Amino acid sequence: MKRIIALVLVLVLTLAVVGCGGKDKDSSIKVGLLGCITGDYAQYGVAVFNGAKLYINKVNAEGGINGKKIELIEYDDKGDSTEAVNAFTRMVDNDGITALIGSVLSGASIAVVGEAYPIGMPVISASATAAAFTYNEETDTVYSNAFRVCFIDPFQGEKMAQFAAEKLDAKTAAVIYETGNDYAVGLKDAFVKECAEQGITVVADEGYSKGDKDFRSQLTNIAAKEPDVVFSPNYYEDDGMIVTQARQVGVTATFLGGDGWARVTEYASAADLEGSYYCSSYAASSTDAIKEFEAEYAEAYNGEAPSMFAALGYDAAVVLVDALKAAEAKKLKAGTDDYKAAVIDAMKNTSSVGVTSKYSFDEFNNPIKDAVIIKVENGNEVFAQMF
Amino acid sequence: MKKKMVHIPMPWRYVINAAAIAVIFLIFMVLSSAGVITNYYSKILMLIGINMILAVSLNLATGYLGQLPLGHAGFMAVGAYASGIFMRTASGLPTGLAVLLSIIIAAVVAGIFGFLIGIPALRLKGDYLAIITLGFGEIIRVVLLNIDSVLGFNFTYGAASLKNIPKTTTFTVTFLCVVVVCFFIHTMMKSRQGRAILSIRENEIAAESCGIKTTYYKTMAFVASAAFAGVAGSLYAGYLGILNPANFGFMKSIEILVMVVLGGMGSMIGSLLSATVLSALPEMLRAFSDYRMVAYSLLLILVMIFKPSGLMGTYDFSFTRLFGGLLGKKTGDSTVGKESGE
Repeated sequence: MKRIIALVLVLVLTLAVVGCGGKDKDSSIKVGLLGCITGDYAQYGVAVFNGAKLYINKVNAEGGINGKKIELIEYDDKGDSTEAVNAFTRMVDNDGITALIGSVLSGASIAVVGEAYPIGMPVISASATAAAFTYNEETDTVYSNAFRVCFIDPFQGEKMAQFAAEKLDAKTAAVIYETGNDYAVGLKDAFVKECAEQGITVVADEGYSKGDKDFRSQLTNIAAKEPDVVFSPNYYEDDGMIVTQARQVGVTATFLGGDGWARVTEYASAADLEGSYYCSSYAASSTDAIKEFEAEYAEAYNGEAPSMFAALGYDAAVVLVDALKAAEAKKLKAGTDDYKAAVIDAMKNTSSVGVTSKYSFDEFNNPIKDAVIIKVENGNEVFAQMF
Repeated sequence: MKKKMVHIPMPWRYVINAAAIAVIFLIFMVLSSAGVITNYYSKILMLIGINMILAVSLNLATGYLGQLPLGHAGFMAVGAYASGIFMRTASGLPTGLAVLLSIIIAAVVAGIFGFLIGIPALRLKGDYLAIITLGFGEIIRVVLLNIDSVLGFNFTYGAASLKNIPKTTTFTVTFLCVVVVCFFIHTMMKSRQGRAILSIRENEIAAESCGIKTTYYKTMAFVASAAFAGVAGSLYAGYLGILNPANFGFMKSIEILVMVVLGGMGSMIGSLLSATVLSALPEMLRAFSDYRMVAYSLLLILVMIFKPSGLMGTYDFSFTRLFGGLLGKKTGDSTVGKESGE
C-alpha cells in the first residue's frame, strides 16, 4: 500500500510540474540565456549571466525595444552537452524564445548549435571559443545562425606565439595543457604551429588529465629543458596550481596563457605569478567605456568587479539587442521565422559597440578585434598593451 | 490466506503483454501526433528510454548477478563511439538499415569489451571487482580521449568531440530498443541461465557445488549487461549527434548505479521506474532552477532512509499476474487457477 501511495505521489508531483509553464505574452520578446551557472566552470557562467542581464535590464528600464520588454528565460546546463540540448529544446518548445545567448562552454555550445541551425534560431555566445561552434570543418558549412563575441581558440594561440617571439624574444617554449579539453588543445595546437613559423623551438609538450592536482612530474621535465616561456592554455584553477608547482620545481620561465587565465590571481601567489602574460578580450579599467561598465556592474552586483566573461556577456547582449531592434524596426512579429532571419541578418552586418570593442563579423561569424595582453604584476592583472 | 487468481497459459501471456505494449506505444503516437508530446517532451522520453536501458542492463549485473561493476559508462562509451563512427561512414545505406546495423555493431563491440574485461575482473569479488571495473571504465574513457593524438590519426577526435553523427534516434527506435532489451533480460532470467545467475547471487559456493559453472554464467551475464549498455550508447550517439569522452566519466557510471539502487536491486520495474524519475526530475524541476539539485539529492536520501532496499525492493511487476488477479477477483472462481509462482 505504501508503495502505491509513493508511486501516486511521484506521478502527481511530476504532472503538477509538467502542468506549469507555457504562458504566451505578445508584449515581450523572449530571449534564452543558457550556460553553466553550477558545476566546475560556474564562475564563467555566472559572470556571463550577470553581464548579459545587466544590459537587458538596462534596456528594459529604458522602456524596452519598441515598447516591448525583453523577457529572459534562464536555464542552467551544468556545462553538459545533453543538458544544454534539452534545456535549449525546452526554451524553443515550451517558452518560445526568439533568440539565444549561450551556451558558455564550447562543448555545450556546439551541441546546441546542432539543434539551432536547422530551425534557424539566432544564437550568440559570449564565450564559446571553439572554431567548430560557427564552422563545421568536415562538411565545410558555416552555421549562419551562430555568432560569438569572443576570440576563437586558434587565434589566441597564434597571438601568444607571436607575442612571445616579438615582445619577449623567446627562442624556446614549453607547453602544458589538459589533454581532455577542447579549449586547451585548440590553443596549444595553434601555439605550437605558430611557434614553428616564428622560429621558436617547442622543447617540451606535456599533457595532463582533467582533475589532476599534481603537475610536478610534467613540470620537472619542463624545468630540465629550461625554456624561455611556458604556455599554459588551461582554465584558471589549473593554471594557478601549475604556476605554483612550477616555481617549486624550479621553472623560472615566463608563463603565458589564454583568456581562461582571468582571475588566476585568486589561485596562485603574487610572487609566483609575477611577470606572466595572458591574452584576453578585456582589460579592467583600461577605457572609459569599461570604467562605466565596471561602475554599473558594481552597483548591480554588490560591488563585485566584473571579469572578462561578464564583459563579453554584456557585449553579446548588446549585439543581440541591436539586432532585435533592427528586426522590430521591420515591424515583424517576435518568434516568427522571418523575425529570426531578420535578427540573424542584422547580427551578420552588425556595427554594434560593446564594452570591449566595436563589433563586426568575418566570413566565419567570428568577431574582428584586437587582443588585449594582460600582465600579472604584484598580484594584480593589469593591462599591458593591445596586440 | 493466499490470493486466488486465474492462471493464464503461456502463449496467451505473450499475446497480452504484446498487446499492452502496443497500446502504450499507440498512446504515445496519438499524443505526439496530437501535439501534446512536443519535440522537447519526446527528447526527454528518448533520454528516459536510454537511461532505462542503462539501468536494466546494469541491474542484470548488479541486481541479478549480485556483483558491483562501476564501469558501466565505459561500455556505453564503447557502444556510442562504435555506432557513431559507423553512422558517419554509412551514409549510403538506407536510414532504417543503418540504424539497425549501428545498434547491432554497438552491442557486439561493447559485448566484446565486456568479455575482455569480464574475464579477469569477474575472478574478483565485492570491492575488488568494483575497483577493477572502475579502472577499466576510466581506461576506456582515457583511451577514447587520447588515442588520436598518440597514434596520430582521426578516429575518435578526442577532446574535440566526434561530431556530425546523424541524429537518427527517434522515439520509436528508443521505444523498440527498450522493449527488446527488457524482453530479452526478462526471458533470460526466467530461463535456466537466469536461474543459474540468481543462484550465484544467493550463494556462489552452494551454486558451484550444485554443478553450476559460475565463471561461465558470471561472464555471460556481464557480457549481456555490457552489450545492452552498448545499445544505450548507440541510441545516445544518435540522440546527441556529438560525442565527447567527458560524457562517459566515472560519474556517469555512478548515475546509472544510483538508478539501479534507487529502483531496487534485482527489480526490473524498479530500474525502469527510477530511470524515469531520475531522468525526468531534473528537467521537470527546471522552473525551480537552483533548487532542482537539492530536490534530486533529497529524493535519493529520503528513499535510502525510508526504503533502503530501493523503491521496489526485489519485487517485479507482472502484467499477466495483475490481469490474472483481476480476472480471479471478478469471477471469484479459482477452478482454472493454479497459484502463479512468478
